[in-house]
Amino acid sequence: MNGLLHKLRPERLRELVLLLLIFVVLLFFSTVIEYYLNARLFNRVSTSVAIMGVLAIGQTLVVLTRNIDLSVGSMVGFTAYFVGQQLSQNNEITPLVAIFMAIGVGALMGGFNGFLVAFCRIPAIIVTLGTMALYRTLLVEYSDAQTVLTVNLPQWLLDLPRFNVLSYERLHLRLMVAGMLVVVILFQLSLRYTSFGRKLYAVGSNPEAARNSGFPNRKIIFTAFVMCGALAGLTGFMYLARFGNITVVAGSGLELKSVAAVVVGGVNIFGGSGSIFGAVLGAVIIDLLENSLIRWLQISEFWRDAMLGILILASVATDSVIMKRFRDYRLKKLAQMNS
Amino acid sequence: MSILKKLRSWEGFLSLILVSVILVNALNSESFLSIDNQINIFELSIEKIIVALVMVFIILNAEIDLSVASMMGLSACVLGWLVESGTPMILALGLCLIIGALGGAFNGFWITVFKLPSLVVTLAMLIGFRGLARVLVEDRSIRVFPPWFEALGQQPLLGPFPLSMLLFFSLLVLVVIILQYTGLGRYVYFIGINQNVALYSGVNVTKVKMFLFTASGLISALAGIIFAARLGSVRGDMGLSFELDIITMVLLGGVSIFGGSGTIYGVILSIFIVLYLRNGMSLSNITGHVQTGVIGGLLILSVLIPNLQKMIQEFWSRHRRSI
Repeated sequence: MNGLLHKLRPERLRELVLLLLIFVVLLFFSTVIEYYLNARLFNRVSTSVAIMGVLAIGQTLVVLTRNIDLSVGSMVGFTAYFVGQQLSQNNEITPLVAIFMAIGVGALMGGFNGFLVAFCRIPAIIVTLGTMALYRTLLVEYSDAQTVLTVNLPQWLLDLPRFNVLSYERLHLRLMVAGMLVVVILFQLSLRYTSFGRKLYAVGSNPEAARNSGFPNRKIIFTAFVMCGALAGLTGFMYLARFGNITVVAGSGLELKSVAAVVVGGVNIFGGSGSIFGAVLGAVIIDLLENSLIRWLQISEFWRDAMLGILILASVATDSVIMKRFRDYRLKKLAQMNS
Repeated sequence: MSILKKLRSWEGFLSLILVSVILVNALNSESFLSIDNQINIFELSIEKIIVALVMVFIILNAEIDLSVASMMGLSACVLGWLVESGTPMILALGLCLIIGALGGAFNGFWITVFKLPSLVVTLAMLIGFRGLARVLVEDRSIRVFPPWFEALGQQPLLGPFPLSMLLFFSLLVLVVIILQYTGLGRYVYFIGINQNVALYSGVNVTKVKMFLFTASGLISALAGIIFAARLGSVRGDMGLSFELDIITMVLLGGVSIFGGSGTIYGVILSIFIVLYLRNGMSLSNITGHVQTGVIGGLLILSVLIPNLQKMIQEFWSRHRRSI
């Protein structure tokens, strides 16, 4: 065991621990809740993770570069409303156009964040705290306090959340979940193997060194924000498809949940380490816990937020204490082997 | 020359903005400058500006506390919940303040002992404290306070001033004295400029930070109590997203988000600006949502302008050298 441990990359270890944790949670709740492990649980959790997962990917890209995006909730709300309104005014718009519209609007808003952070050198927390309010105001002004209603939306959009790619008895793999999985794999691979992905890690783990090695730090950070915005736009589209009725408060609170997913998933808040896969697992854990705790009769749904806060704190603390020790141990072990 | 130089500083810039905001407001509405309206403006945001005074210390220290608004809500809800379940008022007030101090110390503990970034810790507690407040009150609104408590929150106590404003002004004097004339004030700036140098010079960084975060929790709890007294009832979403206004006031006042620089006088000016702006917008029928958007824009501008100024200066000095 001792000989094998150092061969694991820290991210892999974190992902394994998360998988184990998911297994333990499932095991625990299946003993306290009757008929817990069934197809409905999978269907329900997977659909809500589809939305959180895509958002968490975007947040991961930004956190990897040592920044944070608190405006994602407002971006999701705005794109959901904007696309919803376009679709209800003009039912002819094709699905592909609608999706690209959502991604485009999101990317635009993300670009504004990125411009202020990367080129005007304003800390991300300030920029996104400000744009969180700004984008929400934009939505309120644009909507004129009207609500997007399900009845006005085209039929294909309403069918989308229940459209299955694969079905096995009563287990369904929804199209939205499949879409999320594609995005996850795409980003996981490109972070690992493309130069863009490696640059994100480089900028996050040591900006000074990255600059001295000739990396265009600002461009990289800007791109991360644009992509985060684009993914938030895609999330907005999925949000619209899932909920149908969009009010001016749509998506508020998602920014905290996405940060929670990313941090629980083992992405270092100081930047430079973590994986997409981990962040999605973080989203799965949070959703699974929420779903199960509410069904576990003793706990009221008001505990959800309190629990989320504690979960974030606990995972950041373990990250800084245990994972740091593991990283040091691994480096020492590898150095011994090389010498 | 010296007046010109003063005007070019951030405080001078703020004074110019303040004067123009006052002028526009006074021209728009005759009642703006009346004593009643002035007191009213302050009273409507008294919780925010009280907390802003402590936030100055935290940001000067190169940290941030995002959990203040949630702590406000939590202390108000604890108060309502305790009084509802039959606790004597005085005891409930004391317990609220203790919970505030403990919550702040809890933040400080993770930040100083585990060396976690304050951004993450207080973000987690922003959710956590708010969650606890919701657990206590759920989605009800509690209205159980004795008449003397509500009167204290709503009626003038001394001349035209209610108790909350007297508290604010005495706190303001205390903050000015601590920041300008005591060792603690110097330490706060010192740690903000360079924490490691401060540590190696023998400053007890842990103690200072613990003190500041505990004070932040305590004052936020106090602000929550004042809020509860002013409204006469408590709800789970009290003070939601007040942190935006509070942080904007401090940063607009010229306190650097990287710590170590900024003055309390700038913050006082920016408090006036934010309050008058909101009041002016209300007087011209601009909705709360748009006001929040304007404050958000102001927050970005308050960091953008000094940054642009620096970038232009750098550009010119490089340009001159190349000639």
